[in-house]
Amino acid sequence: MKKIIFAMICFVMPGIVLAAGGHSCGKIDCYKAKTDLNNKASLQRGVKLFVNYCMGCHSTKFMSYQRMATDLGLSEDQVLKNLMFKDGKIGDYMTTVQPAGMNPPDLSLVGRSRGNNWLYTYLKTFYVDESRPMGVNNLAFADVGMPHPMWELEGMKKAVFKTVEEKHNGEVIKTVVFDKFETVTEGSLSPAKYDQAVLDLVNYLDYTGEPAKLVRYDLGIKVILFLIILLIPAYLMKKAFWEDIH
Amino acid sequence: MKMLTALLGWVDDRFPLTKMWKEHLSEYYAPKNFNFWYFFGSIALMMLVMQIVTGIFLTMNYKPDAELAFASVEYIMRDVEWGWLIRYLHSTGASAFFIVVYLHMFRGLMYGSYQKPRELIWIFGMLIYLALMAEAFMGYLLPWGQMSYWGAQVIISLFGTIPFGIGEPVSEWIRGDFVIADATLNRFFAFHVIAVPLILLMLVVAHIIALHEVGSNNPDGVDIKKNKDANGIPLDGIPFHPYYSVKDIVGIIVFLIFFAVVIFFIPDLWGWFLEKDNFIPADPLKTPEHIVPLWYFTPFYAILRAVPPLLSSQFPGVLAMAMAIVVLFLVPWLDRSPVRSIRYRGAIYKIALAIFVVSFLVLGWLGTQPAGGIYLTLSRIFSVTYFGFFILMPWYTMIDKTKPVPERVTDK
Repeated sequence: MKKIIFAMICFVMPGIVLAAGGHSCGKIDCYKAKTDLNNKASLQRGVKLFVNYCMGCHSTKFMSYQRMATDLGLSEDQVLKNLMFKDGKIGDYMTTVQPAGMNPPDLSLVGRSRGNNWLYTYLKTFYVDESRPMGVNNLAFADVGMPHPMWELEGMKKAVFKTVEEKHNGEVIKTVVFDKFETVTEGSLSPAKYDQAVLDLVNYLDYTGEPAKLVRYDLGIKVILFLIILLIPAYLMKKAFWEDIH
Repeated sequence: MKMLTALLGWVDDRFPLTKMWKEHLSEYYAPKNFNFWYFFGSIALMMLVMQIVTGIFLTMNYKPDAELAFASVEYIMRDVEWGWLIRYLHSTGASAFFIVVYLHMFRGLMYGSYQKPRELIWIFGMLIYLALMAEAFMGYLLPWGQMSYWGAQVIISLFGTIPFGIGEPVSEWIRGDFVIADATLNRFFAFHVIAVPLILLMLVVAHIIALHEVGSNNPDGVDIKKNKDANGIPLDGIPFHPYYSVKDIVGIIVFLIFFAVVIFFIPDLWGWFLEKDNFIPADPLKTPEHIVPLWYFTPFYAILRAVPPLLSSQFPGVLAMAMAIVVLFLVPWLDRSPVRSIRYRGAIYKIALAIFVVSFLVLGWLGTQPAGGIYLTLSRIFSVTYFGFFILMPWYTMIDKTKPVPERVTDK
C-alpha cells in the first residue's frame, strides 16, 4: 500500500498540475472530425474532392498516384482517366503546377502537422470578409491567404460575432467572440452533405499524411497477440528454471 | 557434436571464448533477489541493439542533405518496404530507450547501486547517458523538420552564451556555418551514425566489465560476496545464465508488448515522441511559435529557463542546466548513508527521493510549456528542489535513521 501511494505521488501528481487556456482552433474550439480510415468509399470520395478542389494549387509531392490507387482500391485506368489532369504515368508523384507568384504549401503531411480536427474545423469555418483580398476569412486560421476552395459546394456564410463582458478584478473586460454563422448564398450541397464531403476530404488527408495508418493497426494487433502467446512459454521456461531457487 | 566440441577446443586454444562465456554469463553470480527494477539493464541493451540495427537500415535510404533529407524520410515512410516500421522503431525507440534508461537510473538511486565499490559503474553509466543525449540530439536534426531545425538552433546557440568572446566562435565551429545549415546536417549525420555509437558501445562494454568485476547490487543492498560456500560461490548468488537470461526474456517480451502498443497505435504519442511541427520541412525563415525539445530533455530545458539572465546573458541558465547533469555524476560521493537500499533507509531519504522524482517529472512537463507566469514560478521552485536533492544529500543521508541491514538477501 505504501508503495502504491509512493507511486501515486511520483507519477500521478505531476499529471494533475495541468492548465488549459485559449481555443484549440483559432477563434473557436475544434469540431470533432469523426473520420474512418477503414471506409474505402470515403477515402475514394476524398481523393476526388482533393484532386478537384485542392490540387489546382496544392501538391502532395510525397504521394505517388500508384501508391494512392493501390491503397484506395482504384484501378490504374480510373486514376489516369479521372484523377490525373495532365499527361503522366501512374508512378508519378502527385505534384501540381503552382499558380505564379504564390506559394501554397504542400499538403502531404498536413494531416500530421495540423491534425484531423483542425482540418475539419478549418474547412467548415470560412466566412465572408470583404476586408480580405480573397473576400473570405477563417475562424480556425485567421487572415488565411486562400479563397474558400469549396464555396460552390457549401455556399457562402457570414460570421456573427458578439461582445462578451467579463468582470476581472473589478475591471470589465470586453472580448469579441464568435457567435454563429448566417447563410449568405446556398451551395449545391445541403449542410449535412457538405459535412460529409469535408469529412471525406479530411479522411483522405489523414491517409495521405501517413499511408502506413491503413496497415499498422491490424499489424499491431497481430504482433501484440504473437508477443502475448510467446510470453506463455517464456514464462513457463522461467518458472521451470527457477523452481530450485529459494 | 564431437566435431563441435573439437571446434570449440580449437577456438579456446586461440581465443578465450569459453572463459568469457563463463565469466560473464554461466558463472557470473548475480544476487537471486532481483526484482522488477532489474529488468531495465537488459532491456536497455536490447534497445541499443535495436537502435543500431534499425539505424543501419535507415541509412540505406536516408540522405544527409538539406535539400533531400526531409523528402528521404518521407520516402522511407511511404515507398520503402516496411520503411515506416523501421523508422518508427528507431524514432519512437529513442524515446523508449530514454524511458528505460531513466528507470534504470532511478533503480540505481533507489538501491544505492552507485555506492562503493560501484562508483565507476555509475560514472560509466552517466557517460552513457551523456553520449545518449548527444546521440538523440543529433539524430533529431536528421529528419530536417521545423523542430529539428529550430530545436538544434536553440540548443547550439546555448554555447553562444559562453562569455569572454568564446561562445560565438564555438557555436559557429559546431554548426560549421552561421546558422544551422547543410554543413551542420552533414556533420551531425556523421556523429550520429558512427562517432557517438562507437563511443556508446565502448562505454557500454566498460559499464558491464566494471559491473562484472565487482558484482551486481540488489534490492537489499546486501553484499552477497560476504557469504560464500566451500567453492567460493556466493550463497545468495545464482548464475546469470540460465537464471537471469530466462527471466530477462520474460521481461523483454512484456516490455515489447507495451512498446508495440505505442509503435503500432500511437507512434507519435500525441506529439510527445514525434512533434507535430516536425512534419513541416525546416524553414530557416519561419520560426515556430513554441520551440520545444523532445520530452527527455525538457527537465533540463525547464531548469535553463528558470534561471534569470545576468547582465542580459543567458549563461547562468546554461550553467545551471549543465550543473543539473554534472551533479548526477557526483552522487556516489554525495551519499553518506551507511546503507545502500531504500528498504533500510529512513523516512528522510524516501521523502527526498520522492521530491526529486516529482521535481524531475514536473520540470519535464514545464519544459514543454511556455515560460512565464505561474509556469516560471513553478519551474523555479522545482529547480530548487531538484538541486536540493543533491546538495543536501551529504547532510540528510547522514542524519537519516537507517534500519539494520540483514546479513543475507531477503525474499520480498
